[in-house]
Amino acid sequence: MLLKATNVHKTFDNTLRVLDGVSLSVEQGDVVSILGPSGSGKTTLLRCLNFLERADEGRLEFGGREYDMAHTSKRDIAAIRKKTGFVFQSYNLFANKTALQNVTEGLIVARKIPRDQADETGRRALAKVGLSDRCDHYPSQLSGGQQQRVAIARAIAAEPQIIYFDEPTSALDPELIGEVLAVMRQLADDGMTMLVVTHELNFARYVSNKVIFMEHGRIVEQGPAREFFENPREERTRAFLQTVGDRLSPQDKE
Amino acid sequence: MDSELIGLLIDSFGKILLPGLAMTLPLTAISFALALIIAVAAALVQFANVRVLRQLARFYIWVIRGTPLLVQLYIVFYGLPNVGVTLEPFPAAIIVFSINTGAYAAETVRAALESVPVGQIEAGECVGMSYLQVMRRIVLPQAMRTAFPSLANSVISLMKDTSLAANITVTEMFMATQRIAARTYEHLALYIEVAIVYLLFSTVLTKLQRMGEKRLSAYQSRKE
Repeated sequence: MLLKATNVHKTFDNTLRVLDGVSLSVEQGDVVSILGPSGSGKTTLLRCLNFLERADEGRLEFGGREYDMAHTSKRDIAAIRKKTGFVFQSYNLFANKTALQNVTEGLIVARKIPRDQADETGRRALAKVGLSDRCDHYPSQLSGGQQQRVAIARAIAAEPQIIYFDEPTSALDPELIGEVLAVMRQLADDGMTMLVVTHELNFARYVSNKVIFMEHGRIVEQGPAREFFENPREERTRAFLQTVGDRLSPQDKE
Repeated sequence: MDSELIGLLIDSFGKILLPGLAMTLPLTAISFALALIIAVAAALVQFANVRVLRQLARFYIWVIRGTPLLVQLYIVFYGLPNVGVTLEPFPAAIIVFSINTGAYAAETVRAALESVPVGQIEAGECVGMSYLQVMRRIVLPQAMRTAFPSLANSVISLMKDTSLAANITVTEMFMATQRIAARTYEHLALYIEVAIVYLLFSTVLTKLQRMGEKRLSAYQSRKE
């Protein structure tokens, strides 16, 4: 087991209960999709796992250690973040840095890796997402799909144990979604552990091996992807799949 | 215009320009450099919400922006000797101009910091950088570029405002002009002349601003 979160609670402004006792575990090499209607707490869960949001309560086991999520120290958070990658919905590339610098910045500044070595790692990461020819471009010179691929390169460059994806294709024009999903599928094939909040049912069905379905800050159902789609146990899951099911294309199967 | 007046204007041009170059410009440059340090510090403690220092910065900006520059000059140069602090005119002017410009520039820098998308800070922290590293390497460089046109404005304002230093006996170019005018009684011609020199200076500064903006905009939408 690579990561385990237990009983995570998060309330915004003392009234809005966003996470209401969420527990999940991720094995090495898992690709887990988190599905659910908007407002179900998917993104908040991901942000709590990487401490972008502070959970009110919850335990996190990661990298052989256990943390109280409400009281994890800055130092521990920094240590956890060095072993994780995060890909945002809105890419969040550093606007004043080139594609290559976006990838190497964390390596050089946070990890103290020598520049030439970091550059090499960065170029390899950009090659992996198919952007070798865009190393010296600034984010403003790249399409949304290219920016998100740079963001993925930035996440993989530090060889994290797990990468969190927060709706990585939701901000993209439809014709640009494919190139990002292709990169993610490639990562999955390489054995990268991924936790993906997504609305892409085809990705959840055919790339991830596990699916978590959330609603109202709780996990309604979780299980193997095939089982989840073909034989959902919960009434609520069936209803959800019925309303969004037409976005699932069976012929896309490989 | 008679030839005598033209002769006076030509003769006085150098006598006005020289203290302009030797006093007005250094006064502007040194004051602004210090103002920038004050502004970035006052903006950062507000942006990062540092307790106490944040309130201190607000108080500083409130007081300085709420009182006239001329009065501030008088307090420091003519007032402080009453409590045993006597300053030379030039250092007194530097202190007042940098503190005054710093208060305005602090607001400019703060707004520019806030214009950097918060997602970039989160992204920086997610790749393991500390908050300070993210500020120094990602947020501040972008903020300074955003703030640049307004800051350039402040420089031009400051350059003109240094004429107020004549009131505390700094021999900058306005005082030099006053002296010639007092001797020759050609007030209109001489004050117009010094106005033209100020205009000349601010024109050069505006040109520099344009050039600077062009260079700084490198990463913003230079599409192929």
